[in-house]
Amino acid sequence: MSHSALDSSRAAAGSEPAPDPAPGPPENTTAPPLRKRRRSFLPYGLILPAAILEVLIHIGPMLLGIWIAFISLTQLNLTNWLNAPFVGLQNFINGLNPDSTIGQAFFSTVGRTLLYTVLVVGFSWILGMAGAVFLSSNFKGRAILRTFFLVPYALPAYVGTIAWAFMFNQRDGAVNQILVDTLHLFGDERPFWLLGQNSFGAMIIVNVWQLWPFAFLMLMAALQNVPTDVYEAAAIDGASLWQQFRTITLPMVRPANGVLLMVMSLWTFNQFNIPFVLFGAASPKEATLVSPLIYQNSFGSWNFGLGGAMSVLLLIALFIASVFYIRMVLPKGDDND
Amino acid sequence: MKKPFRMLSALAATAAMTLGLSACGGSPQATSDTITYWASDQGNNLDDTAAKLKPSLDRFTEKTGVKVQLEVISWTDLYNRILTAVTSGDGPDVLNIGNTWAVTLQETGAFEPVEGALLDAVGGKDRFLQTSWSTGGAEGKTPTSVPLYGLAYNMYYNTKMFKEAGIAKAPVTWDEFVADAKKLTKDTNGDGKPDQWGFTAAGASVSANSHQAFVRGLQNGGTLFDKDGQPTFDSDAQVAGVKQFIDLMANDKVMSPSDAEISQGAQKIDNLINGKAAMLFDQSPLKNFGARGFKDWAVAPVPMLTAGATGDAGTQSHVAGINLSVFKNSKNKENAIKLAGFLTSDAEQVALNTSYSSLPVVTGASGDPAFQTDEVKAKRDALASHSLPMPLIAKEGQMETLTGTAIKNLFAKAATGTVSEADIKAALKDANNQMAAAQ
Repeated sequence: MSHSALDSSRAAAGSEPAPDPAPGPPENTTAPPLRKRRRSFLPYGLILPAAILEVLIHIGPMLLGIWIAFISLTQLNLTNWLNAPFVGLQNFINGLNPDSTIGQAFFSTVGRTLLYTVLVVGFSWILGMAGAVFLSSNFKGRAILRTFFLVPYALPAYVGTIAWAFMFNQRDGAVNQILVDTLHLFGDERPFWLLGQNSFGAMIIVNVWQLWPFAFLMLMAALQNVPTDVYEAAAIDGASLWQQFRTITLPMVRPANGVLLMVMSLWTFNQFNIPFVLFGAASPKEATLVSPLIYQNSFGSWNFGLGGAMSVLLLIALFIASVFYIRMVLPKGDDND
Repeated sequence: MKKPFRMLSALAATAAMTLGLSACGGSPQATSDTITYWASDQGNNLDDTAAKLKPSLDRFTEKTGVKVQLEVISWTDLYNRILTAVTSGDGPDVLNIGNTWAVTLQETGAFEPVEGALLDAVGGKDRFLQTSWSTGGAEGKTPTSVPLYGLAYNMYYNTKMFKEAGIAKAPVTWDEFVADAKKLTKDTNGDGKPDQWGFTAAGASVSANSHQAFVRGLQNGGTLFDKDGQPTFDSDAQVAGVKQFIDLMANDKVMSPSDAEISQGAQKIDNLINGKAAMLFDQSPLKNFGARGFKDWAVAPVPMLTAGATGDAGTQSHVAGINLSVFKNSKNKENAIKLAGFLTSDAEQVALNTSYSSLPVVTGASGDPAFQTDEVKAKRDALASHSLPMPLIAKEGQMETLTGTAIKNLFAKAATGTVSEADIKAALKDANNQMAAAQ
C-alpha cells in the first residue's frame, strides 16, 4: 500500500506544471494558479498520515534498535536508557565470537534458521502451486475446496498454533493417538514432538500449514492471468501436462513467484510466533530460531545490547539478500510480463 | 474553497486519530480517586483471582473513597508486563511481583523505596515475618517491595496411593524418597509400561526448575554464586544437586517422561489428583485440591539429604511469596501507598491469604484460627526454619532464566534419550558462561 501511495504521490508531485494560461477573461487567469497550488499540496497532504505512521511504527523503532546495539543496556540503566554507556562494537564482538557460548549459539541458530526457511518455503510453495493448478480447472465443488484451503490462513496464528501444540502433546495429543494407537507406528513408544530433534520437524509442519494457503492464494491469482488458449495450442502440439507446466505455467507466473518467494522467506526467517506458542519462552536447543534467540538474550538475560546487535546483524544480512534477490530475480519495472 | 477545507479537516482528523492511537498503548487514565493495581494470578485462574480479591478492594473503596482499577495478570506474562511498564515508565500505581525478582527490579529504580510514608503505611518492618521481609530488596539497601503473600515448598502426596503401596509415613531423606517413589511407580494396566509414577514435576517450568537448582545445590553444599558474586552454576556441588533432580526421570525412572512437557504447575497437580503420580513439591496446591474436591492428600517437608539437617544443608525451599510495590511514576502515590497499607493490614492478610491458601506475612495475622491447619503449619515451619531467599543480587532474574532453561533442556534430553553427568555439567557450564557474559 505504501508503495502504491509513494508511486502515485511521486507521479503527482513530479508532474509537469500546467502551461501558462492563455490570455482571456479575468476568471480564467486566476483559476489555474489556485488549481496548481491545490495540486501541489494534495499529494503531500495525502501521504502525511502514512508518513507519520511509518516514522512512528517502523523507522523510529528501527533507529532505536540500532542505537541499542551500541550501548550496554540492562535493567540497571533501563529507566535512564539515554545515559546507558556506549560500548561501540562490543555487543557485536560478543555475538560473533565463535569461541564463546553466545557466539556458538548464534552461528548454529543462523544455520538452523536458514535450513528451516528453505524447508518451510519449499514445502509451502509446492503445496500452494499444486493447489492452485488443481483448482485452476473448472469442476464441481471448486469454490468449497478453495474456501477450505484458505482456512489455516484465515485462522488467527495463535489459535492455530496452540491447537497444534495440543495435538503434538506426547501423552494425550491427537498426533500420537493416530500414529501410535490407531496406525501402530513407532512400535510401543509414543514419540515426543515438542522435545528434542522432532521439535524442529513439528515446527516446520505448523509453519507450512499456516503459510501454504498464502502461496496458494497468490499463485491462483497469477494463474488467472495465463490465457487458456496457450494451453490449448500446446495440447494440440502434443505437449504433455508436465511440459505445459514447465514451459507455460512456470514462466507465466514468474513475476508473482519472485515476490511470493521473497516475502515468504523473509516472514519465515523472522518467525517468532510459532516457536513461542509451541515451546514457550525457551525453545528446545534443536528448534531455536534466530528471533526467539534474540528474544531470549534480550528478555531472558536482560542483555538488550546483545539482542540489539544480533538484530542489526540480521537486518544487514536480510537487506543484502533482499537487494540481491530483487536485482537478480524480480522483473525490471519496464518489463511487460 | 469548500474542498480544501474538507480535505484539511480530514487530515486533521487523521492526525488526531494517529496521535490518539499512539496514546492508546499505556494504562487507562486513572482519575484522582482511582488507582490501577496489577495483581498476580493467585487463584485457580484469572477470574477466580479477581473474584477473591474484589471484596478486599471493595472494603478499601468503602474505607477511603479510592476506587481500584484491577487487572489480574498471569504468571507467564507478568515479568514481561512489568518490564514493559518499567521501560516505558507508564505502569500501574501498585503492582505484585514475584519476590525472587525484587532485587532485579529494585535495580531498575522504577519502584518507590519502602521508607517514609510508605513504611509508615505498612506499619514498619517489625510487623512482618523477617524471612519474608528480607526478600524486599538487596541486602543493605532500602527495599522497594513489601511482602504480601508468603509461600514455601512442601511435599504433597496422595494418601490413597501410599496406602495401596504399603507406605506408612512420608519419606524424610532423599534416599527414602527415591525408594518410596520406586515402590509407587507401577504398571497398573498390565501393558508392561508404568502408568503410575512415584513423583511428578513441571519439567518445562523454567522458574520451578531454578528453585530446585537452588535448593538441591544448597543441600549438597553448593551455591549459585560465590562470595564475589560470580556465577558457580557448574560447581561439583551444584551439578550433584541438579543431577539428583534430573535422575528422578533419567536414572531412577520414577517420573514420567511426559513431565518434560509440563510447563504449568496445575498440570502436575492434576497428575496427583488423577492418581497418575503419588508425590510432588509445590508451594500451594490447596486451591486446586479444593476446586476438584480432592481429599486424599497429606503434606510433609521436602526430603533432605540427611534427616534433621539444619543450616544451608537443611534448606527445603526458597523464601517464596509475592511482594507488592508502588510505582515511582504513580500520579496517585498517596492513594497507592494507602492501598499498600490496607492490603498488608492484619485483617486483609487473614482474608486474602485464606482465599489463596497462602501464608500471612505479618505476625499479627499468623495466630488466626484459619492458619492453624497441619498444611499451614508445615508451610510456616518450612518458611521460618528451612528456607533461604534466592540470591539477593541484581542478576537474579537472568539466573532463574538460565538455570531453569538448562534443567528444562536436560529433562527433554532425559525424556527422549539418556543424560550423563557430563551432559549436566556441560548444560550448567553453558548457563554459567552466558551469565558471566551478561554481567
